[in-house]
Amino acid sequence: MTLAPPIASSVLAPVPGATVDLVGVVKDYSGTRALDGIDLRIRPGEFVALLGPSGCGKTTALRALSGLERIDEGSILIDGDDVAALPTNRRDLGMVFQSYSLFPHMTVLENVEFGLRMRRVAAGERRERAGEALELVGLGDRGARFAHQLSGGQQQRVALARALVTRPRVLLLDEPLSALDAKVRVGLREQIRRIQTELGITTLFVTHDQEEALAVADRVAVMRAGRIEQIGTPEELYTTPSSAFVADFVGLSNRIPGVLAAGNVTAYGATFALLGDPLPDGPVLAYVRPEDVLLGSARSKGLAATVVASSFLGSLRRTAVRLDDGTLISVQHEVAVQPQPGDAVRVTFRGRPVSASAADL
Amino acid sequence: MDVVTPSPVTRWIILGLVGILFSVPIIAMINFSFSVPTGGYTVDHWTALFNPDNARTYRQLFQSIGNSFLLAAVTVAIVLLILLPAMVLVHLQFPRLKRVLEFICIIPITVPAIVLVVGLAPVYSVVVKVLGGNVWTLAFAYGITVLPYAYRAIQANLDAVPVVTLSEAARTLGANWLTVLGRVLLPNLRRGVLAAAFISVAVVLGEFTIASLLNRRNLQTALLQIGQSDPWVAVILALLSLAFAFVLLLLIGRLGSVGRKQTS
Repeated sequence: MTLAPPIASSVLAPVPGATVDLVGVVKDYSGTRALDGIDLRIRPGEFVALLGPSGCGKTTALRALSGLERIDEGSILIDGDDVAALPTNRRDLGMVFQSYSLFPHMTVLENVEFGLRMRRVAAGERRERAGEALELVGLGDRGARFAHQLSGGQQQRVALARALVTRPRVLLLDEPLSALDAKVRVGLREQIRRIQTELGITTLFVTHDQEEALAVADRVAVMRAGRIEQIGTPEELYTTPSSAFVADFVGLSNRIPGVLAAGNVTAYGATFALLGDPLPDGPVLAYVRPEDVLLGSARSKGLAATVVASSFLGSLRRTAVRLDDGTLISVQHEVAVQPQPGDAVRVTFRGRPVSASAADL
Repeated sequence: MDVVTPSPVTRWIILGLVGILFSVPIIAMINFSFSVPTGGYTVDHWTALFNPDNARTYRQLFQSIGNSFLLAAVTVAIVLLILLPAMVLVHLQFPRLKRVLEFICIIPITVPAIVLVVGLAPVYSVVVKVLGGNVWTLAFAYGITVLPYAYRAIQANLDAVPVVTLSEAARTLGANWLTVLGRVLLPNLRRGVLAAAFISVAVVLGEFTIASLLNRRNLQTALLQIGQSDPWVAVILALLSLAFAFVLLLLIGRLGSVGRKQTS
């Protein structure tokens, strides 16, 4: 069976995004559980990022949705239709891979035309749409080249055009930026986000780079050991992490030893309300963001500390200080303040709510 | 540890010695093919072979050459239709079987042809009953003997091309397995497939033992037979088959260099 030709004739016309549901999806690899009952709903036109450390199951989840991996339990719904039993080539998805996946024996234009050819779109229309898709990613003049004549960033842009040209119901991005250098990566991720917003295509993006996920996604699902630990907007994940794992994985956190009692963590004389699931009272590690720690001069109030190192990060500066008990704390502050290693300083905590985990005794 | 590499002079000396070693018998064959028993040189032996008046004399010889080319074609078809899809399938779907397949394909190189014939003889008694005693059935045996060479040529290409990613990309774009194989994988495995085909042709054209012991007539058995009555013709044909094999090897080398240029 061949796929039906795409509905819209123009690549640039917005598409009605599809709803994607992963319901209780389980995947085992010879005894190892890669997906442990994943539940995820992606709304039409939404850009969701799967974020997590290596081996957490994020790529497996994306490949399960694409049909490249069969699932053992659960269902995968696209606009309400269960596609779990459908082969990949009949799911009407677009996918960009981590490694460069352009067909080396075809020109850029032929690569982009490939999906349309599979849908038996007439040659003239095919060429026109492929050209449009290449214009969309800013490579309209590179159609006659071969993959090996393009840079890595250009190849991934062609792969994006190839994935979009068929107007798929869902766009899947499997760490498409990880092989690129930092500057190209930032430029391409902004381009991907812009195009996704313009087209309104439902998108699932897999990455292990938290900055990337927070920068482009409407919502981010943090995964751990085959499960979704927390899903929310980047702001929610950052400000109200539901677990110590999320607090530790998303953004930077200081691990401060404290004591939990009656839902509050007390550490170094400061009190923090506890976020997320309740923990038994007792010693804990509280996760405090660097921007929630204030740096003062040696004469100000607060905990005495010594500057270990200070880094200029463009619009802000991050300084590592060592408290008298040896605990290292990272403080984020204005660029104008330029502490030097060895300087005596004082630190205080803003006291914003924190996540915590039971301390290993 | 420093790697000791020979100097250019040493390399040229080694190349020269090897060249002499290989060229002496070939020069001797060329010399013999033009020689006359009573002394002197003539082109008569060469022209006689291609003289239409002698067609009847050399009929069986040319038939044997035709048999060898038919066997080469069927053997290449076996490689392309059985070995290649099996290797692609294992590479894409059953990577754990890669070692097993490699082991199976390498086995024929460790088994002497005579031993292979002992095993094949009873099999061929069945083959003859089912398919008749046609010479092309010998290609089943040749399909086994060329396995190690064909496997290596295709595997080297499979390892050099991101076959899994390309096939997955094609499938997400709507291609079925047949399209993936025909439009995406084969064009990228062209070098390996052609090399496997050429090596198979070279091996089949040079094969003697199996054909002789299974009582089939091919180029090599014909050469032996005719060599007893007309040694000049045997030497001329041996030279021509060497030249043909040399051209095949040049083509394989050329394919390799074209591939390297494309991927650089």
